[in-house]
Amino acid sequence: MSVRTITIDDQHVSVEEGSSVLDAAKAAGITIPTLCHMDGVYDTGACRMCLVEVEGIPKLLPACSTIVAEGWVIHTQSERLKKYRRITLELLFAERNHVCAACVANGHCELQTMAYSQGMDHVRYDYCYPKWEMDLTHPLFGMDHNRCILCARCVRTCWHIEGAGTKNVAGRGGRAHIITDMNEDWGDSATCTWCGKCVQSCPTGALFQIGATAGEMTRDPGRLNDIITARRKKQWNV
Amino acid sequence: MTLNELKEIKEAELAARKKTTIRCCMAAGCTSQGSGDLLKNLKAAVKEAGAEDQIEVRGVGCMRLCCQGPLAQADPEGPLYEKLEPSDAKAIVTAALDGSIAKLQTGDPTQPFFAKQFSVVLGNSGEIDPERIESYIAADGYMALRHALREMQPAEVVQEMMTSGLRGRGGGGYPTGLKWQTVSKARGDKKYIVCNADEGDPGAFMDRTVLESDPHAILEGMTLAAYAVGAEQGYIYVRAEYPLAIERLQKAIKQAKKAGLLGAQIMECPFNFSIDLRIGAGAFVCGEETALMASIEGKRGVPRPRPPFPAESGLWGCPTLINNVESFANVAPIIRNGAKWFADIGTEKSKGTKVFALAGKITNTGIVEVPMGTPLRQIVEEMGGGAPDGGTVKAVQTGGPSGGCIPADHLDTPVDYESLSALGSIMGSGGMIVMDETTNMVDVARFFMEFCRDESCGKCIPCRTGTVQMHHLLTKIIEKKATARDLELLEELCDMVKHTSLCGLGMTAPNPVLSTLRFFRNEYEELLQENPYAAPPVTTA
Repeated sequence: MSVRTITIDDQHVSVEEGSSVLDAAKAAGITIPTLCHMDGVYDTGACRMCLVEVEGIPKLLPACSTIVAEGWVIHTQSERLKKYRRITLELLFAERNHVCAACVANGHCELQTMAYSQGMDHVRYDYCYPKWEMDLTHPLFGMDHNRCILCARCVRTCWHIEGAGTKNVAGRGGRAHIITDMNEDWGDSATCTWCGKCVQSCPTGALFQIGATAGEMTRDPGRLNDIITARRKKQWNV
Repeated sequence: MTLNELKEIKEAELAARKKTTIRCCMAAGCTSQGSGDLLKNLKAAVKEAGAEDQIEVRGVGCMRLCCQGPLAQADPEGPLYEKLEPSDAKAIVTAALDGSIAKLQTGDPTQPFFAKQFSVVLGNSGEIDPERIESYIAADGYMALRHALREMQPAEVVQEMMTSGLRGRGGGGYPTGLKWQTVSKARGDKKYIVCNADEGDPGAFMDRTVLESDPHAILEGMTLAAYAVGAEQGYIYVRAEYPLAIERLQKAIKQAKKAGLLGAQIMECPFNFSIDLRIGAGAFVCGEETALMASIEGKRGVPRPRPPFPAESGLWGCPTLINNVESFANVAPIIRNGAKWFADIGTEKSKGTKVFALAGKITNTGIVEVPMGTPLRQIVEEMGGGAPDGGTVKAVQTGGPSGGCIPADHLDTPVDYESLSALGSIMGSGGMIVMDETTNMVDVARFFMEFCRDESCGKCIPCRTGTVQMHHLLTKIIEKKATARDLELLEELCDMVKHTSLCGLGMTAPNPVLSTLRFFRNEYEELLQENPYAAPPVTTA
């Protein structure tokens, strides 16, 4: 095993070869904000919250899907990055109908928490107020497209942890949305195993358990990582 | 196919030439206006006149002056007939027989539009029959492949490409030879060659022209690339909106397979290579290489972060060489004539020629090929004939939705990768849209932003929602509902989307706004309103 030594926010860190910038930051106790990243499934670099600056590289790089190279000097908290992160959050809040006060995930929402932590206190863009439907056809779970940020964590969870392949993305650009099977009602899905892992993976109130109160909407995406780890290490009786 | 067989085909084809050849344009522009019927009528008229041993009627690829189509020309030294009807066939044949000029609209084949062109990529366009492999072989087709397979090591082919200085014609301008070298050195049991024929910029039709006019040149270029890097499978990713190009590629692949120029043991050498077509389903983003590969693999066509670059990990995780149509079209001429010949064309950093599609407010709409370093003014004013109806050229938009607008007072800029990016535009794939003084530049910016908004794949947030907000702000400005604050927001958003988007589409989406702001800021400011909520100015008594 070889080691890569890098500098993150003035801290020297040694990490295993093949580690991502995000792993390296974690090892150094530095938090890089993420939305689409989730331990246990592969990264897509889609949300752009985790972009970092690397000295000598003109492009900003996504921490989740960038493998560190020897000697890199990385900055994760520059004013420019903080500004971009706030704009990203503003854009998300303006895109769909993220009304925290009337959301099932209020208080348990990664988007909401992120907005607080990044200091996004207001949205300067005009709200789009799109009209998205809800899918309440499944007996246990519901999908509210108005709250969705298209991180596709549910899709990756469904394909790569549960292996059911029920969830998918359809449509382009602002019309992109999460679908069930071939764009059917969730309740009619022949492939859904009712496992509920997608609900655990959802960072917002887009996927929820029907009948649960806002106070009960706690989630544990780390549990999904535990499943993957247990499988890999064959820890069947834990 | 042996060398002798190649030569025999060429000689037979040349021996069958008649005293007069009537070439009739059969590319998409002219066929859409009835040149198919014209070709049929020309053949019938020759038969009727009993002149089959004197006149050959040949359907050819693009004859370039698309705005005057359908086009036909009688060789040698016949005039260029323009705006033809199928019923004009008889008059053309009669005139060709007695050496006169038919009373039809004619154009001067020596006008600057033609005279200033320099053909490398389009050498066969408008000359050979794109549907017959013999016609391509008669123009020394597949000689480069034969030469490479028999006389050159793969590494020598790569070296030749490096020496030529060819840079990617899809717009990026990455040195083609360097890419080939990376793929040839990459480790992998399997390697792939991909031709990106998903040309999608509004107003661009260069790649379509090449595919429709000279499909075998692409096959030969790809096969040479396969030999150089050690690949056995190639894909041409062509958009479904180009049915004629697809049809001709299919024909060409079939002919090449039959002739032993594709498939196993090509030219009786221990080298196998197959090419399959993949038809795009209409997403602009599939022209982005990682999205294109996802689409070929049968997945949703969305980009992924690079690195890893396709040269290391492309199709199904294997090293993959992706080049654009025009890049591949340059390969056979480079191998045939030598890298030095190619490197002598163009400028120091941009070698060779570039094909441009002239469109918009310009007299001569069509296809031009010029050496790199040609001033924009020569292309737009001399060759293109400037704005029609006595108008004046206000700006030239290059590079499609990723490019920018170059104002008329910068028209003396030479066309090369560096000069265009210094002006905030890009070379792009070769679309050139000319605007006259009636065009409002904010409208232009909004048009391209609408395009990017509709074509964003929706994967990354800056591009998906940033383009929506930028389009909204531009609309507000045009509808005179915006204040200086909105313009500030727009500029900030442009900067953010440019630097944070996942792929090239998002990163370049703000370019049309940024470049029009740079040169035509007054047109934005004229539309701004006073902020009704602004605090009144402080006055001292």
